[in-house]
Amino acid sequence: MLEWISQPWHWSVSGAAIAAVMFLLLYAGKEFGVSSNLRTMCTIAGAGRKYDFFRIDWRAQRWNLTFVAGSVLGGFLAFYVLPSSEPVTVSAETVTYLQSVGLSAPGAGELHSSFVPGELFAVDQLFTLRTLLVVILGGFLVGFGARWAGGCTSGHAISGLSNLQLPSLIAVVGFFIGGLFMSWVLLPFILQL
Amino acid sequence: MRFLVYLFIGTFFGFVMTKSEAISWYRILEMFRFESFHMYGIIGTAVVLGAIGVALAKRFGWTASDGQALKLNPKNFSVPRYLYGGTLFGLGWALTGACPGPMFTLLGQGIWLIGLVILSATVGTFSYGVVRHRLPH
Repeated sequence: MLEWISQPWHWSVSGAAIAAVMFLLLYAGKEFGVSSNLRTMCTIAGAGRKYDFFRIDWRAQRWNLTFVAGSVLGGFLAFYVLPSSEPVTVSAETVTYLQSVGLSAPGAGELHSSFVPGELFAVDQLFTLRTLLVVILGGFLVGFGARWAGGCTSGHAISGLSNLQLPSLIAVVGFFIGGLFMSWVLLPFILQL
Repeated sequence: MRFLVYLFIGTFFGFVMTKSEAISWYRILEMFRFESFHMYGIIGTAVVLGAIGVALAKRFGWTASDGQALKLNPKNFSVPRYLYGGTLFGLGWALTGACPGPMFTLLGQGIWLIGLVILSATVGTFSYGVVRHRLPH
């Protein structure tokens, strides 16, 4: 059993588990949405004193901050306590592409994790231009875009589409417009920097 | 006591994100390059099961544990905020390879630069709060 849950899961098992997370939260009287926590963190840092968007009762969001703390812990357990014996297996086409842009394939680099490329996420890469763009610009766009759109993957793609909300479908179309443009047009350029 | 429940659900979520490999920068690239069905399978399964469950909940009037209606708040309809905001989000998602949930999960795995991504995302959310009156919604 432990052996089975330690290995990468089939997509159908993973998808069912994500739906289960959404229903567990609904049953607890809450709504699945991770990016709201970024707003709460701004409120805790005092942003509400000047900007009314952050004038919310952060105590009502403590459950969500606890959820996020759990997801850090879950990541730790899944990676260090019940690790998978194999690196992430992406398709052969993706590996070929990675090599063509000078990134190591999953597990082939020196990083302790096969989930992300060391060329972008190893600490000693921090002051390269491409890592700064990935980390600083990428993070900024996620945080700004999620709040403008009123939700991220969990709030729109999972919760919103499950509830057949048209706004969430528009948001997901936006996710793909942006994601495709980045992956096909901007990323190849950024990786050369 | 109730917080232990959220901690537990969150821990399960972080575990699922890891074993599904949805936290992987490589998987996100592969998805946007249409080179594997993996991520579409995950999201598709979650949405189909989610939609079936939500439809059943509405049909049979299922409530939350405290007897209140399920929190399925419909969002106000408009186009610009979802399309523009979603597009910016997508640009960031494909660049960092992480949406907000996986960011926190990766932090538990010693990917320290993800801490800076979370910080930047928080600054991004703050910036939205500052300029939102001037943006189309």
